[in-house]
Amino acid sequence: MNALGDHHTDPSTLGDLLNPSAYHGDIDTRGRDLAALLDSFEKMLLIRRVEEVIADNVRDGIIRCPCHLAIGQEACAVGVSLALRRGDRSFGAHRSHGHFLALGGSPRALFAEVLGRDTGVSRGMGGSMHLVDRDHGLYGTVPIVGATIPIAVGAALASTLAGDESVAVSFFGDGATEEGAFHESLNLAANLTAPVLFVCENNLFSSHLHIDLRQPRSSTSRFADAQGIAWRRVDGNDVLAVMDAAASLVELARDGSGPVFLELLTYRWRGHVGWRDDDDVGVARKSDLPEWRLRDPIGRLKSGLLSGQSVVAADLEAIESRVRANVTSAWGEALLDPFPAAKSLLDRVFATDTWRRPELSA
Amino acid sequence: MNTDYGSAIRLGFQHLLRTRPAVFCIGQGLWSPWYVGNTMTDLEKEFGLQRVIDTPVSELATTGAALGAALAGYRPVVVHPRLDFMLLATDQIVTQAANWSSMFGGQVAVPLTVRAIVNRGGEQGAQHSQALHAWFAHVPGLRVVMPATPADARDLLVSSVLCDDPVLYLDDRWLYDSAEELPDLIERPLRDERPILRHKGNDVTLVGAGYSAALCMKAAARLQEVGVMADVIDLRIINPLDDELIIRSVEKTGRLLAVDGGFASCGLSAEVIARAACQVAPTRWRAAPQRVTLPPAPAPTSSKLELTYYPSAEAVVEATRRLIGIQEEK
Repeated sequence: MNALGDHHTDPSTLGDLLNPSAYHGDIDTRGRDLAALLDSFEKMLLIRRVEEVIADNVRDGIIRCPCHLAIGQEACAVGVSLALRRGDRSFGAHRSHGHFLALGGSPRALFAEVLGRDTGVSRGMGGSMHLVDRDHGLYGTVPIVGATIPIAVGAALASTLAGDESVAVSFFGDGATEEGAFHESLNLAANLTAPVLFVCENNLFSSHLHIDLRQPRSSTSRFADAQGIAWRRVDGNDVLAVMDAAASLVELARDGSGPVFLELLTYRWRGHVGWRDDDDVGVARKSDLPEWRLRDPIGRLKSGLLSGQSVVAADLEAIESRVRANVTSAWGEALLDPFPAAKSLLDRVFATDTWRRPELSA
Repeated sequence: MNTDYGSAIRLGFQHLLRTRPAVFCIGQGLWSPWYVGNTMTDLEKEFGLQRVIDTPVSELATTGAALGAALAGYRPVVVHPRLDFMLLATDQIVTQAANWSSMFGGQVAVPLTVRAIVNRGGEQGAQHSQALHAWFAHVPGLRVVMPATPADARDLLVSSVLCDDPVLYLDDRWLYDSAEELPDLIERPLRDERPILRHKGNDVTLVGAGYSAALCMKAAARLQEVGVMADVIDLRIINPLDDELIIRSVEKTGRLLAVDGGFASCGLSAEVIARAACQVAPTRWRAAPQRVTLPPAPAPTSSKLELTYYPSAEAVVEATRRLIGIQEEK
């Protein structure tokens, strides 16, 4: 099937993307809009800083719910979010703080949620793994691996039925491509010509096992290729490459071509769950992690901004300080927020009278 | 004019598709309606292939997709021609749909109806005959509906689809030939629907849902011939279970027989008896409560064994006689 001009045309192998020593250079920002670049830079910084605060507080026992951090994977969420518009519907998984923040979610509401507070994005009922923010197009994240993939296909079917040119986005990891739900969903989406963007953030690990120990090939694009679904595979730590690939695929989906697939090769710096690096886990993680850290999506954009745009280090440092200050104050506010009332255990089991009814409901 | 149960279901679908643009149906076999008896015949011709969607052989993805469309403002009905195959979609029904409202703090509703058919007998055996409604009735956040009459088959389908919660609607092939005159269709909120007293008496309380409620009605008619008057309670909705009518009836009769086409252990009959045991004072009981259920074995194929395996009206009559202490009629 078509790889849309991607220089990696074999759907089965990751090629040099798999080499931790490759892709360490500056992101090429020449000719790009500076304001948009700075916005991406700030969003990625925000995700990293928020997750660092979460990591520290998991370590200190202040946050008790299981937290799966995407530190190192920030460009995937931010790059894809830049290809979306109002009315699109995104779905995530267990590692979705980044998706929530990239789509415009409030750090304070995320902090409150992981602290189990009533002001949280899921009213303190979800914790880190169950986030929702329909105002910003995030329709739900859940930790059952692969569970939201068919749900996103259904949201895309709704787009087709409504004829409104919206798309659905399904974020998942390489582990989810081993679930039956994934394969059923690709086929069903193709069968229904559903405008869904499947985003596989291939960070090479499912909890503790490297993809080499789970699959005969390390590239998940081969599944899209087999279903006749248009696909692209890019460096998931290059926010501009992610944005460009996502935008070209989303355009195809909006135009009625059916589902599209984007594989983003990335690497998580922390362990599967919790604050540690987990460098004692899996294949060669201890020796490779320092190399992978050099493929830093934020550091590479920063040096790319300095080399390709008319900004100076002080401009970027000002952004860094602002993000740091905002995150610190959001954390402080969330710590003071109230816990949900006991009645919330029972009064939300069925639809509440106050849930916001989607427009189409009869 | 009488309408049979299967045709009544079709009338429910027709009403929904005619009056609600947000309703669509999706599932296997919807363009070959022999999969689902006479319940959806030619709906795709009347309402188009976009609103009556036949699918690949993917129960999980199809159910998940229906859930996704529900989140996006539609009121989908996903159809599983046999409950056994629906089990492949259990994650989407139990772990996803049923949890989303609570898990997201009441900010999300899931107006999804999952329709599955319980289809037994005919030597179909262990994997085409399971009545596992009790599994699903165990789950908070999932409404489980089991119509026993043609009117309920139509009206509870309409109420289920118009409900903002995930609903599992289970109809039963063994009821498809039952017929009655249908009243005018009135849309009623599912959350206001309650169990119904189908037959009135002071001697014993018979409780069932779906086909088992129909068995209870048959048994009550035969018992009446020998002078035994039974209250028959058709549960209609087994989750959340409204037990008020059961409690009031057992307080009057002092005798309870729970009839269920599922297994006894942790099943619907167990729940019915537990509710009564917890709420009816010991002094009110005239006999220990009893139940008629499947034996603890997978469904057989041989038709001879099927006759023994499935509860019958005769078995309900016999169990009632034992409960009351009446000797075999000569």
